[in-house]
Amino acid sequence: MSKLMSSSHVVKVGIADLKVTKAPNTIRTSGLGSCVGVVIYDERKKVAGLAHVLLPDSKLARQNNFNHYKYADTAIPLLVEQLSSLGARSNLLKAKVAGGAQMFQFSSGSDMMRIGPRNVESVLEKLKQLSIPVLASDTGGNAGRTIEFDLQTSLLKVRTVNKGETFI
Amino acid sequence: MDLTKLTQMQKDALREIGNIGAGNAATSMSKLVNRKIDMDVPTVNIVSFDEMMERIGGPESVVVALLFRIQGDAPGTVYFIFSIEEAEALIKEITNNDALRLDVNDELAISVIQEAGNIVTGAYLSALGDFTNITMHPSVPYLSIDMAGAILTVGLLEVSQVADYALIIDAKISSSYQVSQIKGNFLFIPDPDSFSKLFKALGVTNDV
Repeated sequence: MSKLMSSSHVVKVGIADLKVTKAPNTIRTSGLGSCVGVVIYDERKKVAGLAHVLLPDSKLARQNNFNHYKYADTAIPLLVEQLSSLGARSNLLKAKVAGGAQMFQFSSGSDMMRIGPRNVESVLEKLKQLSIPVLASDTGGNAGRTIEFDLQTSLLKVRTVNKGETFI
Repeated sequence: MDLTKLTQMQKDALREIGNIGAGNAATSMSKLVNRKIDMDVPTVNIVSFDEMMERIGGPESVVVALLFRIQGDAPGTVYFIFSIEEAEALIKEITNNDALRLDVNDELAISVIQEAGNIVTGAYLSALGDFTNITMHPSVPYLSIDMAGAILTVGLLEVSQVADYALIIDAKISSSYQVSQIKGNFLFIPDPDSFSKLFKALGVTNDV
C-alpha cells in the first residue's frame, strides 16, 4: 500500500455502504461483482462520494429498518444529500458508474441472478431522475472490479484481475 | 427469524451439519487424490457482509470458487473455494500432469476442477441430506476465478433482502501430507427461509 502523498488518504467504502470526502483524498471500494459503485462529484469544489450498491430497489426489502445504503433508489439521494452538506453544488454534480457484472453464467435465468444488469438500470434511472449526468461508465461483463476515484483529477481507476487498470 | 438470537443448541446443530458434510467430503476427496484428507472442526459464524469477505482474505483477493445453488426444501448456496495454488495442486494430483495451469482457456484444467468440486460437494450435500432428511439438489457447478468480494456477494443476494449479515457454516478440508497443498473451503449460506426447516429437521426449533 504505497502512499504518494502523505497528506492524502484512501477512504474505503464497504458493501452496502456510502462515504463522502474532499480532495486530496481518494475514495475506493473493492471487489464489485454484481454490485454497482456510484461515484458522484462536484469537479470544481473537489468533493466526491461513493456508494456501493448491492440491490436495485428498496421494494425488495423484507425488513422494517433496512439499511438505506444497500439499495440504488435509496442510496443515491442520500449520497447527494451528504455531498451537499460537504459543500457540493447539487445542480453541478456529475457521476461515474462501474460494476454490475454477472459473475456466474447461470443456465436458469432467475431474476435474482440477473441482479448486475438490474442494479445498473436502477442506478442510471435514479441518476436521470436527479438530472445528474453520467460522464463515464464501465458496467456489465463477468469480471469483478475494484474502483478508486481521484478527486484531484476526477478520474475513476477501474481494476480487474485479467485486464489490469484502466481510467475512465 | 432473527439469526443473532440463535440458541447455543441451534448453533451446535448447524456446526454438526458442517461436520457431517465436511467429513463426507474429506472422504470423497481422499478417494479422488488417493491421500489422507483431514478436516478442521467447522465454524458457524454470523458475519456482516464485509466481515465475510475478510474471512476469505479480503474482497480483492483472487480465489477459485465453485458455486452450487441448492434447490429443494432448504435452498441456499454452497461455495467450494480454493486459492489458485491449491486448485492447481489439486489438478496436478488428479491428472498427474505438472504442465496444467488453471487458465480459463485450458478446458482440461477447468473441467478437472469442476468435476472434482462436483464429486466432493455432492458428498458434502448428500451427507447433509441424509442427516437432516431434507432433500438438497445441487445445481451444476459454476466456476469463477476472480475477486472474493465479487464472487461471494452472489451468495448473499437472498439473505441481503432480509438482513445485513449472513450465517455461514465454514468447513475446511486439507491434506495431512505435508508436501501437498490440497485444501478447500466449504461455505454454506442457507437462504433466510431455510433455517426454520433445518432446525425443525434437527429437532431444535424452540424459542426463536
